[in-house]
Amino acid sequence: MNIQNMILTLQQHWSEQGCILMQAYDVEKGAGTMSPYTFLRAIGPEPWNVAYVEPSRRPADGRYGENPNRLYQHHQFQVIMKPSPDNIQELYLNSLTALGINPLEHDIRFVEDNWENPSLGCAGLGWEVWLDGMEITQFTYFQQVGGLECKPVSVEITYGIERLASYIQDKENVFDLEWTDGFTVRDIFGQPEYEHSKYTFETSDPDMLFNLFSIYEKEAHRQMEEGLVHPAYDYVLKCSHTFNILDARGAISVTERTGYIARCRNLARKIAKTFYEEREKLGFPILKQKEELNHE
Amino acid sequence: MSKRDMLLEVGLEEMPARYVTSSVDQLAQKIEAWLESHGINYSEVNLFSTPRRLGVHVREMDEQQEDSFEEAKGPARKIAVTETGDWSKAAIGFSRGQGMAPEDIYFKEIKGVEYAHVKKYIKGQRTADLLPELESIITGLNFPKNMRWANEELRYIRPIKWLVAMFGQEIIPISITGVSSGTVTYGHRFLGGKIELTNPDDYESQLLSQYVLADSERRKQAILSQIEKLEEEMDWVITVEAELLEEVTNLVEYPTALYGRFEEEFLEIPEEVLITSMKEHQRYFPVKSKEGTLLPYFVTVRNGDHNHLETVAKGNEKVLRARLADAAFFYKEDQKMPIEKALVKLNSIVYHEEIGTLSEKISRVRNLTNQLTGMLQLNQESQKAADRAAEISKFDLVTQMVYEFPELQGFMGQKYALQKGESSLVAQAINEHYMPRNAEDATPESDAGASLAIADKLDTIVSFFSIGSTPTGSQDPYALRRQASGIIQILLKKAWNINFEETVDLAVSLIGGAGIAKRDTLEIKSDLISFFKLRIKHYLQEQGTSHDIIEAVLGGPIGAVPELIKRSNILEAYKRKEGFKSSIEALSRVANIAGKAETPGEINPDLFENEYERQLYNKYLASAAKVQGTIPAKTYFEELISLESFISNYFEHTMVMAEDRELRTNRLSQMAKLAAIIEGFAKVNAIIVK
Repeated sequence: MNIQNMILTLQQHWSEQGCILMQAYDVEKGAGTMSPYTFLRAIGPEPWNVAYVEPSRRPADGRYGENPNRLYQHHQFQVIMKPSPDNIQELYLNSLTALGINPLEHDIRFVEDNWENPSLGCAGLGWEVWLDGMEITQFTYFQQVGGLECKPVSVEITYGIERLASYIQDKENVFDLEWTDGFTVRDIFGQPEYEHSKYTFETSDPDMLFNLFSIYEKEAHRQMEEGLVHPAYDYVLKCSHTFNILDARGAISVTERTGYIARCRNLARKIAKTFYEEREKLGFPILKQKEELNHE
Repeated sequence: MSKRDMLLEVGLEEMPARYVTSSVDQLAQKIEAWLESHGINYSEVNLFSTPRRLGVHVREMDEQQEDSFEEAKGPARKIAVTETGDWSKAAIGFSRGQGMAPEDIYFKEIKGVEYAHVKKYIKGQRTADLLPELESIITGLNFPKNMRWANEELRYIRPIKWLVAMFGQEIIPISITGVSSGTVTYGHRFLGGKIELTNPDDYESQLLSQYVLADSERRKQAILSQIEKLEEEMDWVITVEAELLEEVTNLVEYPTALYGRFEEEFLEIPEEVLITSMKEHQRYFPVKSKEGTLLPYFVTVRNGDHNHLETVAKGNEKVLRARLADAAFFYKEDQKMPIEKALVKLNSIVYHEEIGTLSEKISRVRNLTNQLTGMLQLNQESQKAADRAAEISKFDLVTQMVYEFPELQGFMGQKYALQKGESSLVAQAINEHYMPRNAEDATPESDAGASLAIADKLDTIVSFFSIGSTPTGSQDPYALRRQASGIIQILLKKAWNINFEETVDLAVSLIGGAGIAKRDTLEIKSDLISFFKLRIKHYLQEQGTSHDIIEAVLGGPIGAVPELIKRSNILEAYKRKEGFKSSIEALSRVANIAGKAETPGEINPDLFENEYERQLYNKYLASAAKVQGTIPAKTYFEELISLESFISNYFEHTMVMAEDRELRTNRLSQMAKLAAIIEGFAKVNAIIVK
């Protein structure tokens, strides 16, 4: 099964479970968790079921397109369900079956893996899912987001698309994966991988990036004061990505690093709180809608 | 009395493997405690646990709680009995209130007053009526890490999926997070199905038919015998570490061991790297030949049956190949980096925000190491090796391999140092300076490694104490206790009699010089000494030393650790010998009375009134000369024992607390001087003599 069909299959599967199918969010980010569709929507009492593909940028993992296992940008298929359904493990396993993975022919295990992202004030408990010893999915019950306790709890399922595809297509090199008929990952992403790696490690301008970080940070705070959560959050994401490039570039000393992470965490905490307050002002509209539906 | 079996099973989403055993043990203990406190007899408790279930089967439980008596207290006698000797209204009311008659009243004295009492007979209830209380036992389990899910308030190890609660064939009604108890359990996630239990006794066999080996001990044995079979068939030796076996046992419900292989070229990577990669990342068992060389195979345990084993093996091989390719890449890259370049990188690595960079730590440790090797008068070769090893002790921390496998720190340092042309002594010391890495680990073999290990650990402990980060209760994030115990073990193993207080002073002054200390130096030192005394106490307790002797040897300064331990062993051995009581009593008498001396001064022999005073004085002078400097504990102790007769004679003929002030002061001074010698060995008056 090529990657395109994998994505279509997963979309079909989760759409049938009542998930809104979203498109990738258009600001650079390191993981699907950082999309506002996850980070913000996991906050507060409103129900939320969503699935989307998230291109995830990890500047430090760039290898000029030469390493068979590492990518500057990989793809995650992200599912968020709030509150977490009782049969979520079964729903997930059914998605594997839909991908042609018959559990009876493999060894599928849920191995403890607790997830923590201190720079976003996030913590969760769950597993990494092993398929014949390979980690193919992160499965997490969010306990805290942006420093706020999650109530109700969301479950996050993150499939590593390339990982899973390399298993399904039995390829040793990620660039040999078939995206769709006649197109490999190399055809589509080979050049960008090389260029982004060169940019990250060689030609990027740390001074400019340091400047940008401060500008983005300031703007994020300013928009939060205005109660404009989403524009503010875009700038938080930009801060985070800028920091990641600087970090990969080796431009941030260990001492400074702690400082930058603390600045990102402050932003994340503040934005989480602001988002909650703004939704509260609106009367948690999705919650109200669902309750009305239930009464009818 | 008729009896029934009880079965309780909590079905869960996969629990963390490392908590399964302790969780089911806890459940069983709490159930047993409940049964005992409720007077319900039973014959036996069987435990079952898998990643998805905690099960307890109690056999032959009484259907009826034991009958019991309860005593109720009523009015005092003078109120209970009227002047005419009849029962008062109050007494009649009391007995009726308890459902009894006045004839049942008897009197019992409480704090000198007699009160009316009745003994109430309480009929045991039906066990079945009490069992719903088990709900709070299930919800009350404590786990190291808890979570919430969906809209539930309960914090638990993982979400609860089903509950089996049966007393015989009867359902015990329990409901937790919307899950109600019943008689239905589930087999293996993929191979098994739903099971309708009719009887607690069918539990294990029914589960087995649905591909669940519910008894974890049997599961473990099954894995072991499958591995042994592979060893036999393939002519292999597979070392099965208890910890990994335990984890693997609790990752599967129906184990099937299988093997895979990897490319022989990966064998060029150091063996420890391969083993770590297989064990830590993949939970594989490494395979060796009968001669002990690592072979390009691994054994893994699948959660399933024998079908499609080739697919599973192939998948696992693919994963391992990618991991080993990474390791090979790191190994190759690391070799390109000169040690000096790595050292420069350490300049910018913060060890701890308040303590500074790794480079700063290294320079303190190097300084301390050199002072130690000087104090210990190690040979030139060792001194030189220790110095160089200290200088480059942490260079491997910036290698990619250690970044990927932190547990290989020191080990990679040794490997790489040798490749870069360092002497084998230096390389060895780099690895050894982390030893002992855990309670079971050995101490460093080389003198260079041992002195560096002491310096590094001591610097760490002193650093954290200086910024006020000391271990409290269960909180010891920097493992300072383990490191302190490590220092003690090394000193003992090496029989290094360096003065402990002086060594701590050295480390404290180095930290002070670096401007790190946030607290008063004297306070830091006294905290450190108490901390180390606790570790020594712990060591002595472990080897079974009586607590009074521990208190006695730790009553004064630590001094030389090996000597301190010897003193404790001598006292412990002497405890069982004749004469122990009288010698200790004599010595204690001196120590006790010496405490009354306000300002002990010099002894004036002209003030002696009897020959015994003089004899003791002469003996004291001789002893004082003997115990000067470091003398073997045994000699010291023999010297103390020889004091006994002099002391006894002295006390028989001399009144220390004389009326005359001058006389008294002189005698107390003599006692104080003598006590100093005695207590230089141990606080003898802490020793309990019977």
